[in-house]
Amino acid sequence: MEYSLFIVVIPFLLFLFLGLLGTKLKSIVAGIIGTIGMGICAVLAYTVAYQYFFGIGKTNGEWVKQIPLNFEWLRFTENLHIDLGVLLDPISVMMLVVITTVSLMVHIYSLGYMKGETGFQRYYAFLSLFSFSMLGLVVATNIFQMYIFWELVGVSSYSLIGFYYTKPSAVAASKKAFIVTRFADLGFLIGILILSFYTKTFDFGLLTADHASLVTTSFAGGTFMGLSIATWALALIFMGGAGKSAMFPLHIWLPDAMEGPTPVSALIHAATMVVAGVYLVARLFPVYIFAAPDVLEMIAFVGAFTALFAAVIAITQTDIKRVLAFSTISQIAYMMVALGVSGYGDHEGLGYMASMFHLFTHAFFKALLFLGAGSVIHAVHSNEMSAMGGLHKYMKITSITFFIACLAIAGIPPFSGFFSKDEILAAAFHHQPVIFWTLWVVAGLTAFYMFRLYFSIFWNTPKSPKGDLVHSASLQGVGGEHHKPHESPAPMTIPLIILAVFSIFTGLIPFADFISSDNIPFHTHIDWTVAIMSIAVAVIGITIAFMLYFKDSKQPARIAQAMGGFYQAALHKFYMDEIWMWVTQTVIFRYICEPIKWFDRHIIDGSMNGLAWITQKSSAGIKGLQSGKVQFYAWVFIFGSIVIAALVLFL
Amino acid sequence: MIRMEYYLIISTLMFFIGIYGFISRKNMIAILISLELVLNAVEINFAVFNRYLFPGQLEGMFFTLFGIAITAAETAVALAIIINAYRAIGNIDIKNLSKMKE
Amino acid sequence: MDPIINLILFVCLGIASIVLSVLAVSAKRLMRAATYLLLVLICTAGFYLFLNYHFLAAVQVSVYAGGVVILFLFAIFLTSNENDVLRRHQAGRYLWGALAALGGIAVTTFALVKHQFIYGDNQSMVGDQEIDMKVIGEALMGTEKYQYLLPFEVLSILLLAAIIGGILIARKR
Repeated sequence: MEYSLFIVVIPFLLFLFLGLLGTKLKSIVAGIIGTIGMGICAVLAYTVAYQYFFGIGKTNGEWVKQIPLNFEWLRFTENLHIDLGVLLDPISVMMLVVITTVSLMVHIYSLGYMKGETGFQRYYAFLSLFSFSMLGLVVATNIFQMYIFWELVGVSSYSLIGFYYTKPSAVAASKKAFIVTRFADLGFLIGILILSFYTKTFDFGLLTADHASLVTTSFAGGTFMGLSIATWALALIFMGGAGKSAMFPLHIWLPDAMEGPTPVSALIHAATMVVAGVYLVARLFPVYIFAAPDVLEMIAFVGAFTALFAAVIAITQTDIKRVLAFSTISQIAYMMVALGVSGYGDHEGLGYMASMFHLFTHAFFKALLFLGAGSVIHAVHSNEMSAMGGLHKYMKITSITFFIACLAIAGIPPFSGFFSKDEILAAAFHHQPVIFWTLWVVAGLTAFYMFRLYFSIFWNTPKSPKGDLVHSASLQGVGGEHHKPHESPAPMTIPLIILAVFSIFTGLIPFADFISSDNIPFHTHIDWTVAIMSIAVAVIGITIAFMLYFKDSKQPARIAQAMGGFYQAALHKFYMDEIWMWVTQTVIFRYICEPIKWFDRHIIDGSMNGLAWITQKSSAGIKGLQSGKVQFYAWVFIFGSIVIAALVLFL
Repeated sequence: MIRMEYYLIISTLMFFIGIYGFISRKNMIAILISLELVLNAVEINFAVFNRYLFPGQLEGMFFTLFGIAITAAETAVALAIIINAYRAIGNIDIKNLSKMKE
Repeated sequence: MDPIINLILFVCLGIASIVLSVLAVSAKRLMRAATYLLLVLICTAGFYLFLNYHFLAAVQVSVYAGGVVILFLFAIFLTSNENDVLRRHQAGRYLWGALAALGGIAVTTFALVKHQFIYGDNQSMVGDQEIDMKVIGEALMGTEKYQYLLPFEVLSILLLAAIIGGILIARKR
């Protein structure tokens, strides 16, 4: 299994190759090299998955962790050392498959989508860097390796969001994404440090082994501000996850991150990077459930709130990528909720399994949605819903695959989303009715806004670009009327078709056989009470969307009018950006940064300047001694001799 | 009777007059003249110590002898340098010689 | 010679050499300074005569007074005009120089007075005769103990080097 290392290494080599020599190559050659490399990774990942799940993975009916490679990288002390290695267990293998698949699709898709862009090679180099970091993250054997790759992921995400670096909004968005996630990562780092300070290890295996007994014993009941230190540490680690996975209130960067190229959004901000937080919590799940169940409870509520919150905003947005972004936030929150409501072992751990399941299926259908949206944008040169409409007759493949993805996310059987979402709802149903009903409402909202999107793009007739509520965010004007939209080229449609196939069939995988909270397979069955309720609400959502958006009508505007302030608030994302702006500008800048600035300017700089001043003055004084004037030297010499002689004589 | 201290006092005075001249003169040849005084005072001392403290031996005298020769050599080279400097910068004030630093 | 006359002569010579030294370091004109130096050197030759080092006195006059001072005179001729007056340093320089000189004189004189010299057997130098030239010649040319062939030869090389160096430095390019 040592070859699993190559899954991680190949993208890195590609990054070096394309990054350093890319400009020497023709852009299409660079793209094809990147794609082939990613293809090899994907093949390797599938081989690993096959070997693991159907070969060596299971011992005595239990999935065991395999560590084909691990070497000590930095040793600081006996206890503190940072290792790098490859860890294979059900979730990491599953993530390998997801990442390489989606990444490969995006690589192929970008050949068409990014054609003719300046910096094509740079784009592929960064895609490879991202793949490398993300793959390194999921196979991390210890929490510090994960942190290293976690930051690398952040960096590559930053560079890809800011890919159009000449566009001020893209630059601002990339900065925002970086700073917000960085801020969250601060919590992550502190959490890691606290955790490892008490447990004396970074290793996932040791941390989670034996019902996380190491964590529960080593903290020895220390408390801080009424909560145990373990709780604090894990809550801080969750903060890092919340930042990457865009949980409320750290979600603000994700919608803006849509400034990046659309395939990037599909890869990073829908399928892989944003689920890193979920993956983190899943990775440490035994620790959470045994050492800090309160944190898990908190995760559930934060997730439920975020899911609802994002879904409501998604309904009002008019930029199709932003709709998808909020949908992503909402769906990731779903996964978080599933983890939060999960127990440990067998059917108790249904939520854990459901979360991973949803992660798996969501990656495919959300990537499909984004790529479909990219295809549409490619055709009409606008992000605004109002510039679209009636595209079905021009773009059959895009339309159909998009429809499949919408059905999948809405949770209509037998598409994949139905199965995973149903498991989550079932897990929530047995755990906490409030959360269940919230999620149920969100499921309806999801169906509604996805089909609003679908119908507006592909069926409705195009509205005027200056239609009500349109904030003309489109870049190159509205091209819909000027030339006929046409189907995207083959490199773009093929990934759509492949992903559509995945979206249809991945739900049929008996996921509980492979992934469970305690690594012992169990069997699930569809809870029909829950299933029927969720199907019902999805159908209701779709029907409403059909009535309002299938044909052009004044109905939606009227409803928006009726909703009044609430609609406006949702349209403005509940003013979260403004709140954060106020917090940072007014509170943090004025009351924290200003004093620190004063301290820096006057005390730190002052002391440094003082030192410099003293040095300068003394050197100016000493400089006079080195005048090169012989007579002065002679005088000093003579006088010194006299003084020494006098001292010898008189003392 | 001439005591040894008389010679020594004279040489001391001569020595420090030379030092004074070395420090206070501006012209390089004048400085060199002061230096000659200093060396001369030292040579007197050699001869005097030899004669009074170690009569019958010749070390002090020979030291003086060699000292005179070395002084002559040193003066010759120093004056050559001064003449060269004069050609380069037009006068022989020690202050102006600091130009050679740059 | 009568010891008293001897002493008087010595005192005169001593005073003359000190005064001439002062004049040599304070003369306004370079040529005069060189002349005063010449006189000081001749006075020194006189001291050597008092010490019965006749050979040394001869060397002093011929090498120093005859050679070095002539070099000085040539250098002065080459580097200055007839009416050149030496430019003065700023006043502080004289003060510092005088301070160093006076301090040195004080310390040295103190040491001189305080120190008790251990004289050889002939303290008064009565009957001390001049050294035979033959002795000096043998001492310079021998390689035994208290003979100085090696320094002599080294010195000859030094002088050669000085000649070459002087020519090299001073020649026109």
